[in-house]
Amino acid sequence: MINDKESQKIVDIIQNFARKHSLWVLAYGTGCGAIEIPPTMTSRYDAERLGVRGAATPRQADVLLITGYLTTKTLKRVIRVYEQMQDPKYVIGFGSCTINGGMYFDSYNTIKALDRYLPVDVYINGCMPRPEAVLKGFAKLQELIQAGKADGSKKYKENLEWYRANQKEVIPVWRMPEFNW
Amino acid sequence: MLKEILYYTWGAVVSFVLAFSVGITYMGLNRKVTARVQNRIGPPWYQNFLDVIKLGSKKTAIHHGVMHHLGPAFLMVSSVMSLLIIPILNNGRFYPNLNFHGDLIFLLYIMTFGPLGMALGAGQTGNPNSAIGVTRGLAQMAGFEIPWVMALVALMIQYKTTSIVDLMNIQAETGRWLMFSSPFAFIAAIMAMFGMFRYSPFDIVGAPSELASGPMSENGGKYLFTMMSSGSVFAFAKLTLYTDLFLGGADNLLVLVLKTFVLYMIPVLYGVVNPRYRTEQAVRWFWGWPSFFGLLAILQASFF
Repeated sequence: MINDKESQKIVDIIQNFARKHSLWVLAYGTGCGAIEIPPTMTSRYDAERLGVRGAATPRQADVLLITGYLTTKTLKRVIRVYEQMQDPKYVIGFGSCTINGGMYFDSYNTIKALDRYLPVDVYINGCMPRPEAVLKGFAKLQELIQAGKADGSKKYKENLEWYRANQKEVIPVWRMPEFNW
Repeated sequence: MLKEILYYTWGAVVSFVLAFSVGITYMGLNRKVTARVQNRIGPPWYQNFLDVIKLGSKKTAIHHGVMHHLGPAFLMVSSVMSLLIIPILNNGRFYPNLNFHGDLIFLLYIMTFGPLGMALGAGQTGNPNSAIGVTRGLAQMAGFEIPWVMALVALMIQYKTTSIVDLMNIQAETGRWLMFSSPFAFIAAIMAMFGMFRYSPFDIVGAPSELASGPMSENGGKYLFTMMSSGSVFAFAKLTLYTDLFLGGADNLLVLVLKTFVLYMIPVLYGVVNPRYRTEQAVRWFWGWPSFFGLLAILQASFF
């Protein structure tokens, strides 16, 4: 009775509702985008009314918010942080730099497309995206979670070899613990 | 015999559910009040329910060893044990709990048991933030335990009993709350409550931006779920204890919720307008006026 499909559907709806309305964000302030996070959280735009709240450590976080460009050096740390987060986890790519490199399109030291290295669920476009755009991005993520389509972490597990090959391409010195869930 | 055991177990379950839901709601209201003070709208009052469900439905949870695995369980055990000892309503109108003569002394021990177990668990994670958080937490505990114990000892001397139920009965017989008949003990206990709840300015243990939430920094998912639930149960237990000791207990659940909410708002409202103390400032604060009032309470109890 507990494990049949119908009751699993009901449990999924409840769990997805809770996940959707309680997003603990680990704002990885890599680039200039981190400056847009304080106005999003404080009294003018107040993201906490949507259940969005800052998390202190990767272990507690649900959403990894990558704000801006990633150099190959910081990419290593971001991968480490992403693998420390607990399932289900989501990634938001924030700003043009995570989509196509933005103004760093011809830089030798930054990665251009974040999607090759980590599974991104939602992109927020703009350079910089304003707090309204950030809230829109969170709303989109909530829609995806409710529909059960925000399965980036599942994609990462299934295509780990592909992601690892891409990551090792740009990170020459790979001294990291193996990914253990 | 079996019927009695079942009755007690059922009472424990009902008390736990009550304490959990009321405590979680209070924590949600705390977030709402903080938001309103900061001129925000704030999350809905049921936000913490959603957080707890989300944490409970996380699919993975990593632990760093047996002691780390047991740390949150120790917290939960300590909370539930204090809840079962503290009488919820006057005259045993709610389900009977396990109180006995001398439970006030037992309670002093069992209330520190959970944080100590958590400290052991945090030690095994190997995270430096956890270790710093634990040392800070123990220092703060050494701070607020002194006025708290002084207040309770004053009550024990004044009324010559170590039973919570006896103290409640005394208040019911004389019709005077202990808040008025031993005011210094009440002041010392309330000031110690600031440290117990660990809201700012005494949030030095789990300072999120300074220590990455301290002892709980390696706990995610279901561990954090256990810690949040145990925190809410413990908050309700402490508030009920204060109501029982100083505010004459409660005759029904509505009065209990009202009194505990008023008590809960004291540390919350003090916290939202205060920044964070450093560790030595916090300890000095507790060993200053609160301990002085505790001493006055003991003097009053001994000589008047």
